[in-house]
Amino acid sequence: MTPLLDVRELVVRYGDFTAVDRVSFPVGAGETLALNGPSGCGKSSTALAVLQLRRPDAGEVLFEGRELTTLTERELRPIRPRMQPVFQDPYGSLSPRHRIRDAVAEPLKVQGRWNDTDGPTRVAELLDRVGLDPSYGDRHPHELSGGQCQRAGIARALASEPRLLVLDEPVSALDPSVRAGVLNLLADLQDDLGLGYLFICHDRAVVRHFADRAIEMREGRVTSG
Amino acid sequence: MPSEALLSVRDLRIAFHDVEAVRGLSFDVRPREVLALVGESGAGKSLTARALLGMLPRDATTSGTIRPDLSADRGRRITLVPQDALSALSPVHPVGDQLAAAVRSVRRVTRKEARALAVAALDRVGIPDAARKARSYPHEYSGGMRQRAVIAMATINEPDVVVADEPTTALDAERQEQVLRLLGEQREAVGAALVLVTHDMEAVRAHADRVLVMYAGRQSELGPAADVLTRPRAPYTAGLLASLPQYARGRRLPTLPGTPPAPGALPPGCAFAPRCPLATDRCRTEEPQPRPLDGRTVSCHRAEDVTIELFQEVQPA
Repeated sequence: MTPLLDVRELVVRYGDFTAVDRVSFPVGAGETLALNGPSGCGKSSTALAVLQLRRPDAGEVLFEGRELTTLTERELRPIRPRMQPVFQDPYGSLSPRHRIRDAVAEPLKVQGRWNDTDGPTRVAELLDRVGLDPSYGDRHPHELSGGQCQRAGIARALASEPRLLVLDEPVSALDPSVRAGVLNLLADLQDDLGLGYLFICHDRAVVRHFADRAIEMREGRVTSG
Repeated sequence: MPSEALLSVRDLRIAFHDVEAVRGLSFDVRPREVLALVGESGAGKSLTARALLGMLPRDATTSGTIRPDLSADRGRRITLVPQDALSALSPVHPVGDQLAAAVRSVRRVTRKEARALAVAALDRVGIPDAARKARSYPHEYSGGMRQRAVIAMATINEPDVVVADEPTTALDAERQEQVLRLLGEQREAVGAALVLVTHDMEAVRAHADRVLVMYAGRQSELGPAADVLTRPRAPYTAGLLASLPQYARGRRLPTLPGTPPAPGALPPGCAFAPRCPLATDRCRTEEPQPRPLDGRTVSCHRAEDVTIELFQEVQPA
């Protein structure tokens, strides 16, 4: 069976510096693969290259069986919604000037799936899905706690109906109990929707608890896993 | 157990525009101990640490006592290791000059002696070729070396107390451990106590002698770290520990129900009662005062009934 995501011999260079050096791994649907390692080991560069936000310098990224690295921006456009990032800083990933409702609605509008009758209902459903009372839609990011903001970021990612979430340190900035709640939410979403997770995290206890498999990176290379 | 307190905090209250963020906190810092301040964001732990340093925002009003007031001697008797190592160093002066200036601000030594002390301090924290590196600017240091330089700065005047405010939050697991180990070694070398503000319970377990658990501006529990972490007596501590993935029994982690109260919108009685599975009518009306139990002090009417399983049991399947 084809894995949801299959990364093969991925290379990312910044000038002479090789940030990601022939990294390979698969991520199945409904599966969490953790990428673990110290700052600067190439975890986040790997994430950006998987998402094609930084086009890799060599290697292949097969997503739902399709090789992405050779596709043009236009060819990637229908694929991008299906692989969504969730970042560490919950405030930084939402525009401070937009209400939560608009942030969650934006992907629907951009992808031409918005209409004024069903759209607001869909946004309310998404907020409810991530454990936020739909009244939070009226608020701005700074009026939410860190955990609520991260939930809003996840709702926004879900609006695109993704198959893969690339989670870059999604709980590292959160207090323990809030972190537990967000991890539970991610586990529920995965169970219900069969999402694949590429889960970047430097906290080994979280990785051990949450991931099905883990690979460790150091200086751009996979050192174990 | 050393009886004499290095620093005694009594009924500390910190308010902003009549809203109390720290509500009557009493604790001692003992000589050479590592005291961890833990709690959720907004619990008041950073404000408490800042109060020790005399570094509260200007619009804060305080009452209570901190004795002796070391903040008058900040930089010498009490020092800060801030969260962001880069912001702690001036970008326009060589690191060695900054350390030397810190020495000369509190001690009558010649420039040359101060420079020598600066180089020695950088050498002590493991900066290779310290004499040469002392002439470099912060931007020429790696992130890890900057952290080391900040620790050298905080310990160079051999203070009585080092306050570290979330010193490792921005770092990866490996570097967190390195920084805490170095901080531990250095403050031990100069005989300082360490007040460590953190939300990392693993750091508390590995490095703290005692822990003060704060909730909504008050003390939940204060006692030896090993006891508090293995046998919590305050329900909030039990919830905090239960939510750690290290303790997980299944895929779902126990969480504290609800959210912490906003300062200024506190429930009557115990501030934790609305989230507490043990809360009784008494808890909802009468605020618990700190009382001794099992070698610690705990602020909870139901402390005798608290176990670490408290939140695991109430968690829906």
